[in-house]
Order: sequence, then C-alpha cells, then structure tokens
Amino acid sequence: MIEVRDVHKSFGPQPVLRGTTLRIEKGEAVVIIGRSGGGKSILLKHLIGLLRPDSGNVLVDGQDLARMGERELLSVRRHFGMLFQAAALFDSFDVYENVSFVLRREGKHTAAEMRRLVAEALEMVELPGIEHKKPAELSGGMRKRVGLARAIVYRPRILLYDEPTTGLDPIAGDRIDRLIRRVWEQLNVTSIAVTHDMKSARTISNRILMLHEGRIHADDTTERIFQSTDPILYNFVNGIGESRSEPN
Amino acid sequence: MARMPILLYQRVQAGLDGLGEQAQLLGETIGSLRRHRPSWKDFIAQLHFVGVKSQTVVVTTGAATGMVLCAQTYFQFHKFKMDTATGAVVSVGMCSELGPVLAGLMLAGRVGAAMAAELGTMKVTEQIDALRALATHPVDFLVVPRVLATVVAAPLLTAQSVVIGIVASYVIGVHLLGIEGAYYLANIQRYTNPHHVVMGLIKAVIFGAIIALVGCHKGLNCQQGAEGVGHATTETVVTASISILVVNFFLTLFLSRLFNV
Repeated sequence: MIEVRDVHKSFGPQPVLRGTTLRIEKGEAVVIIGRSGGGKSILLKHLIGLLRPDSGNVLVDGQDLARMGERELLSVRRHFGMLFQAAALFDSFDVYENVSFVLRREGKHTAAEMRRLVAEALEMVELPGIEHKKPAELSGGMRKRVGLARAIVYRPRILLYDEPTTGLDPIAGDRIDRLIRRVWEQLNVTSIAVTHDMKSARTISNRILMLHEGRIHADDTTERIFQSTDPILYNFVNGIGESRSEPN
Repeated sequence: MARMPILLYQRVQAGLDGLGEQAQLLGETIGSLRRHRPSWKDFIAQLHFVGVKSQTVVVTTGAATGMVLCAQTYFQFHKFKMDTATGAVVSVGMCSELGPVLAGLMLAGRVGAAMAAELGTMKVTEQIDALRALATHPVDFLVVPRVLATVVAAPLLTAQSVVIGIVASYVIGVHLLGIEGAYYLANIQRYTNPHHVVMGLIKAVIFGAIIALVGCHKGLNCQQGAEGVGHATTETVVTASISILVVNFFLTLFLSRLFNV
C-alpha cells in the first residue's frame, strides 16, 4: 500500500505539490492525470523516493521514504519497476544488458537463467530476439517496450509509468497501453501511471486521480471520472480550453 | 559596483559548497569501496578508457616538455659551462613537478571532461534516475570504477610521461646540443633522488582522485539540457586544473619536508 500525506514540494520559488494526499491499495491500476507541468511526474518520482518532499510523508508498506537515506531506499526500490518518459535505457549497453541489469547486479542467477528471464520479458513486450541491438537502433515505441521489459524482468510488486504514450504515434501508443494492461493482469502488480492522454488513461486504469494546482482534485473510478460534470475535470477529460464553454 | 561584494560572496559560497559536496562524494566512494567489491569488468573498461586511451596525449606532453626544458636549461647553463647538469634539472623537474602536473592537466582535459559529459548526459536523459529506480546507487556503479581507474592510471601515465620526457631530453641534449652523454646520464643518477620519483607518483595519485571526483561530481549535478552538460564539462576542466595547481603547491611543500629533498 502506498500513501502520500500532505506532501509539499517546491523548486526554488515555484511550488509544485501543495499538500498532495492520496492512497493506493495493493493490486490497483491507478492513473494520475493533470495538465502538463502540473507536477504529475514529480509526484510519481516521490512515490519511489527519487525526489524528497519538502514536507509531508510518502509511505510504502508503512515505511516513510521521506525519512530514509539513499542507501536505505535501495531496498525499498527493489519492489518497484519504473518506465521513464523517454525509456531512459543505458546508451552504452545493448538490450540484453539493459534488461538483465538488475539480475546481473543481484548475482543470484546463472547466465542461462538470466538469458531465459530476459527472453521471457522481451517476449512479453512483443520484442523477441532483439537482445543484441543497441538502444540507438530502436524506435521510440521499441525503446519504451524494452524499458518495460527492464522494469518487469525482476518481478517487482509496483510498476510506475511516466507518460507511457507520450511521443508515440496512436498505434504504438495503443500497443503500449495494451501491454501495460496485460502486465497488470498477468503479473498481479500495482500499476501507477501518470499521463495526460485520456485514451490511454481509460485503457490502463480502474481508478483515476486528477492532480490540479498541486493537490488531488478528483479521485474516482475510471468510468465515473469520464462521466463527471465537475468543470475542471470535464474540461480536461474532453480537452476543452478555459475560454470555451463548460458543461451544463 | 554595489553588487560586487554580493557576487563575490555568492561565488565564494558556491565554491565552498562545491568543495563540501566533493568531499562528501569522496566519503561516499570510500564507504562504497568498504561495503561492496567493485565490478572488475567496469574497472577494466574505465582503466582502458583512462589509461590506454590517454597515452598519446600524455606521452606527447611528456616528450615536448622534456625537449623544451632541456633546450632552455642548456641555453642558460651553457653560459656557465654547466652543460652536463642539464640532464639533472630535467630529470628532477620532470619527476617531481612537471611530470605529474602536466599529466594531471592533460587528464583533466581529456578524462575529467569526458566523465562530466557522460554522467551529465545520463543525468539529463534520466539514466541516473533509472539507475536509482533499479535499486543501484550511482556512486557504486558509476563513481567507484572511475575513481579507482583514474587513481591507478594517473601514476602509470605520469611515470610513462616522465620516462619519455627524460629520453627525449637525452636525445635533444646529447645528439642535438652536443652534451657529453655519459656525464648527462651520470648527473641524472647523481641528483635524482628516489624520493623525487615517489613524490611525483604520490602527486599523480592525488591528482587522479581530484580529476575523477570533480568530473563525476559535476556530471551527477549537471543542470538540465545540452547547456547544462556543456557547463558541467567546462567547469570540470577549470575546477580540476586549478585544484591540481593549488594542491601541487601545498604537496610540494609538504612532501619536500617529509622526504627532506
């Protein structure tokens, strides 16, 4: 279970999170939506301890990440997998070395086991047999899928996705959405994504939170969020600018 | 004009902050070495990059310095009929001062800048965050192999630079300027104390640590964008070079007293 309690975060004079509070239960598929630059990615990075709040608490299974040192956080992060916005594959490694990174660091598996686990992960993201390719040889969609394979290969309990479909064409985006959904269903993980792509949000979530002006403005099931008449939520979901009309 | 003291204060404060962070990084690196055995594969890869690939620039610098120092010393000493002492001046100068300092400056430009650029690019493309998300401490994976490799490679490169410099000075002194070869070598042996060599190698180890720590620190703390990577690279070369020159002065005073040379 993940709980964020009254988290505040500023960068210089610019406040980003202004008392964000949320709770995510084990096994949920949650999407956090919000305007670009509204702090969604910042919030996501707080959940894995990549950023520390100025005040407030981030609890993962009762452990407060805000009070832990960088080395203590490493053991907590072992339960997380994260897909970054631009995949963040290691340039100097090939696909096999990227995907097997955690397995090699742990040193618990034989070379044959690692090859099998990497092949399985690549199979799951529908990219079999590309172990020897370099990240530079892959398209944006392929890089994201390799990033997803790297995030799932060591079977984490919680998967975080930072803008998983941004920068992809609609077909590649849809493929990523279906993969995220399949990973959530098959691996029984807690899935948390941030996006402003509402088609993606509808596909990969069973609950949606809206981050607005640094706080959680809405928190409901996916269906209800899409049916909401709350002006801020309605305008965002339907892509309506402030100068245009709002629902009756 | 009124803002000058404030700007100066900010500069000094930023410099001291940077120094504190680099000391912290050194502590983290030593802590990591005590906790984990570093990866041999990563260490060898860095050793190849820092050591093998820096040979051309370091050897060229050593040879050029040895030749110029020999010629200038000869021109002055010749006035007092002290031609054969030229080799001793070149040898002592190369071993204890010019060898480590010039090799250090060359490494700061080639290796320190490359480390800052590589780690800076990793930072701005979220690869450092990815590393942390994959439960790996950046110091363990990125800093330790680079610091170790530079600390090992710097004295070896310095020794190579010094030897090439002395050989080059011999060629110039004996075959071009006409100094008697036997006396040239005899004076090198007579005046070059093993402590001069040890002094140079100790300096090289410390300069190696400075170069790697500054390069890694600037890279890991790089600001966003291509401009940030550019700044990190430039700052690495400037900071490491100035640090080498300042630290060299104090090391010379300290080690000369220690070895009584």
